[in-house]
Amino acid sequence: MKYFRSHVLIGINETSLNAGVHAFIQALRLELNKQNLQEEINILETGPLGFFGKGICATVYPENINYENLKIEDIGELVNEHFLKGRPVQRLMFDAIGSFTPKFNYDTRIVLRNSGIIDPENIEEYIGTGGYEAWEKALLAMKPMEIVEEVKKSGLRGRGGAGFPAGLKWSFTAPLEAKQKYVVVNADEGEPGTFKDRLIMEGDPHQLLEGIMICARAIGATKAYIYIRGEYKLCINRLNHAIKQCHEYGILGTNIFESGFDLDIEIKIGAGAYVCGEETALIESLEGNRGNPRWKPPFPGVKGLWQCPTVVNNVETLANVPFIIKNGADEYKKYGTPECTGTKVYTILGDVAHPGLCEVDMGSTLRNIINEYAGGMKKGFKFKAALVGGAAGVLLSEKLLDVKMDFSSLNQYAAVLGSGAILVMNEHQSIVDMLWSILKFFRHESCGKCSPCRTGTQQLYSLISKIRKGDGTMDDVELMQTLAETMQQTSFCALGQSPIMAIRSALENFKDEFIAITTK
Amino acid sequence: MYKEICKKFAPTKDNLIYILHEIQDTHPQHYISEEAVDVISDYLGLPANHIYGVLTFYSMYSTSPRGRNIIRLCESPPCYIKGSENILRKLKTLLGVNVGETTKDGLFTLELAACLGVCGNAPVMMINDDVYGDLTEEKIEDIVAKIKGGK
Repeated sequence: MKYFRSHVLIGINETSLNAGVHAFIQALRLELNKQNLQEEINILETGPLGFFGKGICATVYPENINYENLKIEDIGELVNEHFLKGRPVQRLMFDAIGSFTPKFNYDTRIVLRNSGIIDPENIEEYIGTGGYEAWEKALLAMKPMEIVEEVKKSGLRGRGGAGFPAGLKWSFTAPLEAKQKYVVVNADEGEPGTFKDRLIMEGDPHQLLEGIMICARAIGATKAYIYIRGEYKLCINRLNHAIKQCHEYGILGTNIFESGFDLDIEIKIGAGAYVCGEETALIESLEGNRGNPRWKPPFPGVKGLWQCPTVVNNVETLANVPFIIKNGADEYKKYGTPECTGTKVYTILGDVAHPGLCEVDMGSTLRNIINEYAGGMKKGFKFKAALVGGAAGVLLSEKLLDVKMDFSSLNQYAAVLGSGAILVMNEHQSIVDMLWSILKFFRHESCGKCSPCRTGTQQLYSLISKIRKGDGTMDDVELMQTLAETMQQTSFCALGQSPIMAIRSALENFKDEFIAITTK
Repeated sequence: MYKEICKKFAPTKDNLIYILHEIQDTHPQHYISEEAVDVISDYLGLPANHIYGVLTFYSMYSTSPRGRNIIRLCESPPCYIKGSENILRKLKTLLGVNVGETTKDGLFTLELAACLGVCGNAPVMMINDDVYGDLTEEKIEDIVAKIKGGK
């Protein structure tokens, strides 16, 4: 084995690709060769490093120095100063001016444990970190019902939105006798402000695959589909590559590890519809139909894809599973709170100093997440509100910053946790404007199947537009809330039931703004 | 030509989404014509009605001809609060088209999109398969000029 003096980890993601990362790496290699350092400095391509909007980023080990916004012009200085003379280039370092060092994903423990550290395109690096040990254990040392019980015991709840206990979901499907069962992974991430699943898949595709495998074994499915949005090209490529590697290594295919169990995973691509994040709409889409949700019951666990028992789980949910099986439910329960176990991945955006990705214990407060992981507010801005959970989320004011972020503390707002989007707004931004944008989104995304949602989203948009223009009254504001409440009670699926969340929370926490903008 | 594309996939209904993707991606005008719908209808044994239903449901498909470069600007809340409306205004004046229209030279079609999942770089747009983030009005000029220059 070769030993290198330093390892340079370069994040390959949509942002850095956009900034020309491949050309950069090529130029860096050339320069290292020129200086005869190619045997001393190792360049590794990895997933997202944990900070955004920063162009090409790199982390250098063992020094643990983060560079951001790297350009080809910087290479000469970087190689000469840092790699040759051992003097890190201050001006290129992350947050070179402030004293703040954000906690990147290095201290995260479960879902993002490998993200930004291993090469996501190399299966051996995943195996090297203990990857696929849980799969082997699940296949050779555990009975399917034992797997279900372990996941149940771990308290893992779905990370897609509704927070339904994953083990319980599996336990409905596992005992059913059927010719065919399916695992479907919901990777149709469409909630505005949410892209945690993209980063999980880009950073560590094998961990998701391992979670799928264990789930398939637990419920007795021999086929799994990952339904992923068409825009996520890098994820699609990485997952396809990872699946191919698994087949080559005998981790997927027939008679895996001579256990007699067969499994194949296939990627299915969406075509752009927010409602397909709803599990039955997603199944409709997989079957080649319009993505209209189905009547429940029967639930997909009993009659799902092609009327076969189907477990639909979110990407993040499944990415937690290998840890649970490998280390046991008790180990998993050490994270988070007693009612809400484990960790949660968040994407923090907006007017914070360092927008980024983090994984924190369930039950952390919003204040803690914003201050510790995003460096607080951007200089010169004051916190006004945070939109938590995307369009189907809630607008929280400063007085709610210390609410624990877990399913039980957030109570009526709990559904917003899943998406993991935190969008921070400064004091100059208008809540009415924000609500307008949210309701415009719903109007566009309503699938049109049921009238409360189809007509309701249109009416909500008209009302908020009128209010935003300054032509509305407080009666209009009230009507908006009543209408959204009616939609919550009568809509067919979660889409039409969601607008009330943003409306109610906006009115509860920022009523003054509505009073100020309406006439009388 | 449509027939050949269809034949790459098994004639089952769940492949409809893929056939539509492939036909649209390989068509120089990035759309699905009536003729294409008829061919798919024959191949999959599905009524044209079903195909239109699917085709018009998903935002990535188009039933009318589009330009060589499809600009999809995100208008969801994270991009909106970062000024996507200004970017839209700039694009409209620069290209001389409204949302949903194609420039006379057939180079660009301007569309709006829901969240593209690249919110870390809001405001964001995609041109065909490429993502452009942290958009400013100046950047838009550069991007458009580059594509025009390279036609």
